[in-house]
Amino acid sequence: MTRDLDASSPGLRRRQLLQAGGAALALPFLWRRALAQDTGAGLYELQPFGNARLLHMTDTHAQLRPVLFREPSVNIGIGAMRGRPPHLVGEAFLKRFGIAPGSREGYAFTYLDFEAGAKRYGRLGGFAHLRSLVGRLRAEAPGGHAMLVDGGDLWQGSGLSNARKGADMVEAANLLGIEAMTGHWEFTYGQDGLRANLDRFKGEFLAQNVFLTEEAAFNEAPAFDSASGRVFKPATVKAFGDRRVAIIGQAFPYVPIAHPKRFTPDWTFGIRDHELQALVDDLRGKEKVDAVVLLSHNGMDVDLKLASRVSGIDLILGGHTHDAVPEPVAVENSGGKTLVSNAGSNGKFLAVVDLDLAPGSLRGIRYRLLPVFADLLKPDAEMEALIASLEAPHAAAFGRRVATAEGLLYRRGNFTGTMDHLLCDALRGQLDAEISLSPGFRWGTTTLAGGEITAADVLAQTATTYSEVYVQPMTGAQIRSILEDVCDNLFNPDPYYQQGGDMVRVGGLSYRCEPGAESGKRLSNLTLTGGAPLDPARTYKVAGWASVNTQEGKPVWEVLEAHLGRSGRATLSADKPVEVGGVAGNPGYGGAA
Amino acid sequence: MAAYDSKMFDRRFVLRAAGLGSVLAATGFGFPLRASASTAAAYPADAFKQKGEADAVKTLFGQAATASDKVKLDAPEIAENGAVVPVSVSTDLPDVTAIAILVAENPSALAALYKFAPGTPPTVASRLKMAKTTPVIAVVEAGGKLYSATREVKVTVGGCGG
Repeated sequence: MTRDLDASSPGLRRRQLLQAGGAALALPFLWRRALAQDTGAGLYELQPFGNARLLHMTDTHAQLRPVLFREPSVNIGIGAMRGRPPHLVGEAFLKRFGIAPGSREGYAFTYLDFEAGAKRYGRLGGFAHLRSLVGRLRAEAPGGHAMLVDGGDLWQGSGLSNARKGADMVEAANLLGIEAMTGHWEFTYGQDGLRANLDRFKGEFLAQNVFLTEEAAFNEAPAFDSASGRVFKPATVKAFGDRRVAIIGQAFPYVPIAHPKRFTPDWTFGIRDHELQALVDDLRGKEKVDAVVLLSHNGMDVDLKLASRVSGIDLILGGHTHDAVPEPVAVENSGGKTLVSNAGSNGKFLAVVDLDLAPGSLRGIRYRLLPVFADLLKPDAEMEALIASLEAPHAAAFGRRVATAEGLLYRRGNFTGTMDHLLCDALRGQLDAEISLSPGFRWGTTTLAGGEITAADVLAQTATTYSEVYVQPMTGAQIRSILEDVCDNLFNPDPYYQQGGDMVRVGGLSYRCEPGAESGKRLSNLTLTGGAPLDPARTYKVAGWASVNTQEGKPVWEVLEAHLGRSGRATLSADKPVEVGGVAGNPGYGGAA
Repeated sequence: MAAYDSKMFDRRFVLRAAGLGSVLAATGFGFPLRASASTAAAYPADAFKQKGEADAVKTLFGQAATASDKVKLDAPEIAENGAVVPVSVSTDLPDVTAIAILVAENPSALAALYKFAPGTPPTVASRLKMAKTTPVIAVVEAGGKLYSATREVKVTVGGCGG
């Protein structure tokens, strides 16, 4: 699929062209579907444009092999974000971006008819297929001027990467030719683990928003720049012939909050608007770059707000929230306009950004978010060989069949997914708990009904450096307060107070949620399985995993395997689903949570 | 630590110098010399006892503050650790005589009060404790008037990242 938008920067012309682009682009989809039954012909044949090409991938979560990944049916935007990209699902999404139902793009970008689409069009992503596509797009770049960048969450998400502490993914990233990246889960291997990976990484790791704590600075902890306290290089300048583009890294701003602080004791994060503005001004004023790009792991809502507050950035290449958005959103700010994109997850998509650079300005830009269909791309032999050699030592352990899926198992969605339902069942059953809690991660692949679940599939849902389970007593009031707190991280009307991720999943308990209600008052009708209301004063036995506090339990993948091993079949309990209120007609709500 | 290495002039040195400066300012070095109508030289025990931020400001300064974009308040949107939240305040307003920082949801709202001798750059930083999500308010007294800026700091249980 090509989704072009020609835009000049800055000022009015960009907006006009954006709109023109949007209107003109609805047609090619319908045309191709009608004529070609969507064989994908011509999908990767791009018209030349401009004088430099950026290739952007993000949030692959260490999925070296092609995957099935169902996009969300519930991705609610509230307040100013209601009905705006990325908060569109299903038909609303297709309509907004002019994609035909049943087409390849419809399957790649939405949850609609997922199982039929999976059978028809198959898996997406995989590093061998990605390398073929990257190689082709590099070769076709004007004057060979191309750069491949990654938005982070590259080195975590599989059993293999967890066992190798990301070292496997560094090798794959080097062979793929990633020149610059930023990070999020990369930090969960700890400061030393990250440094060890960076020593082997051939590209540059960029983060303008990671600083030494005052204590660490005082104790002379290593930093890229001791004057500012910046731990990592904040930006790099890439020359494309006579033109120069600055790439600034923006790591996930809430690493020590979303993950155990013990992994990054010397470092402090944050969005850091002011420092970013100073950096942009410096790059434009002193370095005299022709364009400024922010390689961001903020998440799309945060990037949209940031783009309204910081001026001088031409384009934000975004990730974290796993939103596959076919065309960037233009945001006005005091210096003109900034385009904000988000490039999906799991290797399903590769963004191709063609730039028309002039001295001191970006004259035009063309953006396409290409789905990486495994059946349309010949896997690169060198990458295939590398992946096979990385997997070989673990083949017996990870290839082992654990169970068969009775129904579709997926994770992504604001409130629940069938995979997390299964995890919550396992926690309650194996740890003999009344209530279970499982984090609302957005990574984790999809298995079709009747599909085999291997140990590698189990690990693709659970492999983190802090996956130990816990069982602890909590009062009903405490449980409620935790749920409200996480809910606010998802639905706070101000994106700067959101952390990304979805609602914590619950087992043995159902509730009603009104995302648009005020903080602390979104939840009601908290009811235990069996019908009794959650008693604020009573103490319940609660099981969970991935706590930010150190836990002594066994890894959750062992708990899930034990649960599945009992029958060899992945069936779900009859837990009542979450009831979502105040979302009738919301284009981010595709029905049953 | 070598006593004479070049690190003397690095960030650590600057940090120490800044720390010293803020101690001097915070203890009111010299302000008994210019007793203005609104800033008493004595420790403002009454103000620190007030529960709400408005009462604390009134007790301190005898008037209410007006929001101003000339007051720069820096605080994290979401606290990494609610026990030590870094907050800094600076302003380019002239004739600054005092800066107060208040944490609205704390049991006593007033967290810190700094008084400035003439010519002292009006920049302060502190680390404040807050048990729950709260507005943080910076109040600057300059030329006998009060100016303020407010930011919400979220204190969360954490976890569950994407």
